Amino acid sequence: MTRGISKTIDSIKFGLISPDEIRKMSATKVITADTYGDDGFPIELGLMDPHMGVIEPGLRCKTCGKRVEECPGHFGHIDLAMPVVHVGFIKDIKKLLQGTCGSCGRLLLTNEEIKEYMELISKTKELGADAIDMSVLTKDIAKDAATRRICPHCGAEQLKITLDKPTTFREAGHKLTPKEIRERLERIPDGDLPALGINPKTARPEWMILTSLPVPPVTVRPSITLESGDRSEDDLTHKLVDILRINQRLRENRDAGSPQLIVEDLWELLQYHISTYFDNQTAGIPPARHRSGRPLKTLVQRLKGKEGRFRSNLSGKRVNFSARTVISPDPILSINQVGVPEAASRELTVPFRVTANTIDLAKEMVRRGPSPEGVKYIPGVNYVIRPDGRRIKVTERNRETVSENLTIGSTVERQLMDGDIVLFNRQPSLHRMSMMAHEVRVMPHKTFRFNLCVCPPYNADFDGDEMNLHVLQSEEARAEAKIIMRVQENILSPRFGGPVIGGIHDHISGAFMLTYKNPLFTEDESVRILSKVKLLDLPEPSEIIDGVEYWRGKELFSLILPNDLNMSFRSSICEKCDVCTREKCEYDAYVRIKEGKLLVGTIDENAIGAFKGKLLDKIARDYGSDAAREFLDQATQIALGAIMVRGFTTGIDDEDIPKEAQNKIEAMLEDAKKEVDDLVQAYHDGLLEPMPGRSLEETLEVRAMSVLGRARDEAGQIAGQFLGMDNAAVRMARSGARGSMLNLSQMAGSIGQQAVRGERLSRGYWGRTLPHFKEGDLGSEAKGFVKNSYKSGLEPTEFFFHSMGGREGLVDTAVRTSRSGYMQRRLINALEDLKVIKNGRVVNTAGTIIQFLYGEDGTDPSRSVQGDAVRVDDVLREVLGDEVTDEMIELSMAGYGTYDRDMESFDTDEFDIENDEEGGD
Amino acid sequence: MARFNVLEHQMVPEHYLLSLEEEKEVLKQLNITRDQLPKLRMSDPAVRILRRIETDVKEGRIVRIIRESQTAGQTIIYRLLIRG
Ligand SMILES: [Mg+2]
Ligand SMILES: [Zn+2]
Ligand SMILES: [Zn+2]
Ligand SMILES: [Zn+2]
Repeated sequence: MTRGISKTIDSIKFGLISPDEIRKMSATKVITADTYGDDGFPIELGLMDPHMGVIEPGLRCKTCGKRVEECPGHFGHIDLAMPVVHVGFIKDIKKLLQGTCGSCGRLLLTNEEIKEYMELISKTKELGADAIDMSVLTKDIAKDAATRRICPHCGAEQLKITLDKPTTFREAGHKLTPKEIRERLERIPDGDLPALGINPKTARPEWMILTSLPVPPVTVRPSITLESGDRSEDDLTHKLVDILRINQRLRENRDAGSPQLIVEDLWELLQYHISTYFDNQTAGIPPARHRSGRPLKTLVQRLKGKEGRFRSNLSGKRVNFSARTVISPDPILSINQVGVPEAASRELTVPFRVTANTIDLAKEMVRRGPSPEGVKYIPGVNYVIRPDGRRIKVTERNRETVSENLTIGSTVERQLMDGDIVLFNRQPSLHRMSMMAHEVRVMPHKTFRFNLCVCPPYNADFDGDEMNLHVLQSEEARAEAKIIMRVQENILSPRFGGPVIGGIHDHISGAFMLTYKNPLFTEDESVRILSKVKLLDLPEPSEIIDGVEYWRGKELFSLILPNDLNMSFRSSICEKCDVCTREKCEYDAYVRIKEGKLLVGTIDENAIGAFKGKLLDKIARDYGSDAAREFLDQATQIALGAIMVRGFTTGIDDEDIPKEAQNKIEAMLEDAKKEVDDLVQAYHDGLLEPMPGRSLEETLEVRAMSVLGRARDEAGQIAGQFLGMDNAAVRMARSGARGSMLNLSQMAGSIGQQAVRGERLSRGYWGRTLPHFKEGDLGSEAKGFVKNSYKSGLEPTEFFFHSMGGREGLVDTAVRTSRSGYMQRRLINALEDLKVIKNGRVVNTAGTIIQFLYGEDGTDPSRSVQGDAVRVDDVLREVLGDEVTDEMIELSMAGYGTYDRDMESFDTDEFDIENDEEGGD
Repeated sequence: MARFNVLEHQMVPEHYLLSLEEEKEVLKQLNITRDQLPKLRMSDPAVRILRRIETDVKEGRIVRIIRESQTAGQTIIYRLLIRG
């Protein structure tokens, strides 16, 4: 591999290209519209002239003499018979024509005004104005100049110049030809240009009128050969053919002295072709089309939009050393790990340099070849890069010789192995936790596998989701990724200063079963549970009953807690009693950990859950990321141990309620229906009292909604009385593992009122929702109340209403995702160049201060305690001890209330996986 | 027409024009040049009120803004007056 001379780019200057420059850089003049001759070779002076580069292998470029891969291509040019306006500069041309004198070419401002404006420009620049500010300023100057009716320099009267879109200029109705425009622009003196924001050294205004057209190298517009042997030309070549043809005809007609009308028509046609050559979507011009009717993709179309060069090839690229496959769960892996299929590991490589220290290892690895045999996976080598840059593919046949000849200074590309650092990503990458560094574990089978605790930050589930993996190629990248991107470093989210990674589903059910009401486990069970974590010794038994040793769940859980941990908080199952009895809580909902021992309370979502886990949060904050990772791995393993020992299942019979309860619900719903009927009757009789600020109809709707809403809640409550903590579905809902009490009451009690846009259903037929009802029926059944439960089954009308309500939900999510995607893009574009510098200031790349101190308090939100830099309670507790502070904290519990509410808003909306389940994956 | 003073509204932070000496001090203390400051347009309603109170409110002058901050309680920032 040979490398060119590397230079650092100091600055980039943009300007206009002059006709002289176009001709100077041109490798050939293009005259004929033909491309290839009968012999199949490109025609000289044609659009495929070999002076402009080569695309066929074997041929040599006539300009530089190099072959296909080496010749970068060279520009050619077309001399235009008549000048033509460049569509891209229409606005600037208009500004210049309107702001300068039609006869003498001076800027329509007095010399003093120009001087003043120049001073203003330099002062504005001095005050740190950006390009946008400057263009606003120069535009204002041009606008000012355009208002002058008399030239202050020669006294000539100025006629009104208008732009007839897209490319025609008129002066008081009379058409200006591009030739005339060019002459006017030529007259503008250099000295007047800076006031209009133009640097005459890099951009003379008359260069905005084209007299010669650059022809891009053939490498930019290669022709392709179809299977049939026919050549198919690039869209740009097609367009250039049109330009050449019309240019030729225009020249002939002009030289032959044809009637002015014919020449003008051809001239306009040339203008059309050149305009569409630049931009085939110019407003006011019909786009040039293929014979098939497909619009041509010309220069602007190549660059613009999502599929354009910038967004699709420069901002984002396809990369090597990456893999993509379906994901599946593996609860045995640590949160830091990712399971990579063997097949993928054989393709993905990590380069390492052969030195005196590594040569033995390198030789051994190369000797294995690209597919080492054996029961256990060992990494082989796919490529060796010799010191001279030559890349050698290692094969079964040459592996021995390549290994023998391996020298110090070579680079060996070895296959992936356990412990390699890789980046793992799931789209949409909405926050930084969407791409985290994992340690590789090479595994059999064909999916990527990872610990379930890492599902929430990726928002991943396993219903067919796929994820991407990128292998880091340099030592620096690996170090950086390991320090800042590793999963364990991202447990605490910068969004709200709490954990985004934590226990879900069975982790929480398991922890609940291990700790709720402190159950007993036999020796066999205890050993099974503890075998999941690497704790060697079984502690002393907690209790001996009738000579049998038992261990308490809370004691088993305490084994994985740090020895000096002290804290207390309320479990997810807390009933939120008016007066909390704390340690004496009859529901075992008050957690107290003292000296690393779980004394009372249930470990559930509020302890180890993602988003809400207070215990996890405290360990991550006080003991560091290593301890947090270890705790999370062990807590989930031990929880899974408990759930496997005891067994856990749920089915629709979990929502079984006794006949008496069903009757009670039935009667209650009947009452509610009556109540609505009474309201409707009162409305018809004109007895309904309107609520303040509402019409009679609205009052009826509001009252009916509230009656029916209450009815559903009551149905849930009646059903709930028969669903106790011994019920698996209730355990999941209350502990925060999965589902909610509302879900249960909709299964056991009543589904309730269906709504679209927050109102009872009303659309469909004239004056009614379905033909099953009378016109104008305002009763509960006719307006979308579903009194059945999911378990009892829905009536046909109810089913239809339920679908109406469900459809709104689907449409909402679809609309929300597309809107938030665009919002994300705009936010990124606005913030991408901002950074926090050493002194805590936020600056952009221009060095302008955006914020004097990051977040105004200089606090890293991921190191904050739910947004605060310090939590005084924790400090007090540490200094004064648990008991003293408890009372003080009780006084400030109001603060926790807001915190809990904030947390609740997180998981319900954004991370509700239910929304995904209907769609593809 | 009764003229409305936005600076008196409780949602609008306090704006003060820095004296030339204060400007020097602030720039020295922040260790930056004038052009690095965040900008404030002359057409900003708060600046329009400021022009009624102070003399010589023009491009290039610095305004001190004191506002309530959700995170820091109170925060002081400086903005450079620019055209517009
Ligand atoms: Mg999915
Ligand atoms: Zn060449
Ligand atoms: Zn003049
Ligand atoms: Zn309680």
